[in-house]
Amino acid sequence: MRKWRCLICDFEYDEAKGLPDEGIAPGTRWEDIPDSWTCPDCGASKADFDMVPA
Amino acid sequence: MSAPLTILGSGHAGITLARDLRKLAPDLPLRLITREDGHYYYKPDLSKAFAAGKDADGLIKNPLEQLVDQLKAEVLVRKDVTAIDPAAHAVQVDGQWLPYSKLVLATGADVIRLPIAGDAATEVLSVNDREDYARFRGLLQPGARVLIIGAGLIGCEFANDLAAGGYAVRVVDIAGWPLNRLLPEAQGRALQDGLGKLGVTWQLGTSVASLDRVGGAIEARFSDDSRATVDVVLSAVGLRPRIRLAAEAGIACKAGIVVDDHLQTSAPDVYALGDCIEVNGRLLPYILPIANASRALAATLAGTPTKARFPAMPVIVKTPACPTLVNPPPPVAGSWEVTGTAPDLEAVYKDEAGKPLGFALTGAATSKRGQYVPLMPAIHEPA
Repeated sequence: MRKWRCLICDFEYDEAKGLPDEGIAPGTRWEDIPDSWTCPDCGASKADFDMVPA
Repeated sequence: MSAPLTILGSGHAGITLARDLRKLAPDLPLRLITREDGHYYYKPDLSKAFAAGKDADGLIKNPLEQLVDQLKAEVLVRKDVTAIDPAAHAVQVDGQWLPYSKLVLATGADVIRLPIAGDAATEVLSVNDREDYARFRGLLQPGARVLIIGAGLIGCEFANDLAAGGYAVRVVDIAGWPLNRLLPEAQGRALQDGLGKLGVTWQLGTSVASLDRVGGAIEARFSDDSRATVDVVLSAVGLRPRIRLAAEAGIACKAGIVVDDHLQTSAPDVYALGDCIEVNGRLLPYILPIANASRALAATLAGTPTKARFPAMPVIVKTPACPTLVNPPPPVAGSWEVTGTAPDLEAVYKDEAGKPLGFALTGAATSKRGQYVPLMPAIHEPA
């Protein structure tokens, strides 16, 4: 499982945890999140995220 | 070279727009003019930097050179724009008129300062940018006593950050509970208790009457005649959109710069974004609304007119001592309904007909955000 970090505000999406309160189940892969999804903290688009090096 | 599209301001709004614009218009001539030093930082980090162990330089996310490279833009730093001539399509900098193709005002907001008596009133600080933060941090000795004026969003965030960092924090506000303009009393008290457990001292229902220097410290006298001795005073009583430049150019302004659904001002080819605008008669001095608005404006500026949507957007209050999230209701008569057990409270603001217009969550209830957002009306939905 990987993590992705927002380049604007540092919010991290952790695939293992998902975002249950937004309806994204634990284990949801980054590529399976809709392109219309935006960062819950700053509103940046998916394209503004980078994978966190393991 | 043709006149560049020009953005005034290098805060979150100005830089987000420049980035969004570059995705759509890679070759458009672009110029940014800023009063700051041009190093990009994320403004909300200012009120959580102690916990993150970051000094003013540590907050920089992209040094100026990197930003210039990423944006392929000319960035004029430490420059004040002194006038706009919308008819001539030019802005004045250092006495020279620089032409623009289109202009975006992303000038942000100034801090409001309350008049206070006493010889130490001039020593009151505000933290509204990275340079302010450097000055503030430079004055704080370990364990310093800090008086924060204002128990709003920024005041509470700083209180949490500084108390967690080992400073003796006292917060004064004329209101009866923290975040009183955003939260019902029960949730305000939950936040008050959470920060209190961290060591924050509250002085509510009173205001600062005077600040006087006594030796190496500052003596604060309050309107209820109580006193406190502190080392540093931080004012956080609110923001006021920077509209002077626009107003002097004849651009329509009320509390903020007035924009239409395309974020265009009353002047042709002049647009505005961020904390300096008002939308539907409301100021939105928050981060989240900028993202949607910036994407729409970038599309418009790149040649595809796109209306900006302002959907319901909860504001995250960065107070880990009592996690808080609020979707502020519009200024419409109504009342809060609160459920739960402190500090885990859910509140819904309903108008007189029972329609939900806002909500606020504290403690563990903040995880229920996803249930409430869909119930909320948009801040502004273009026709």
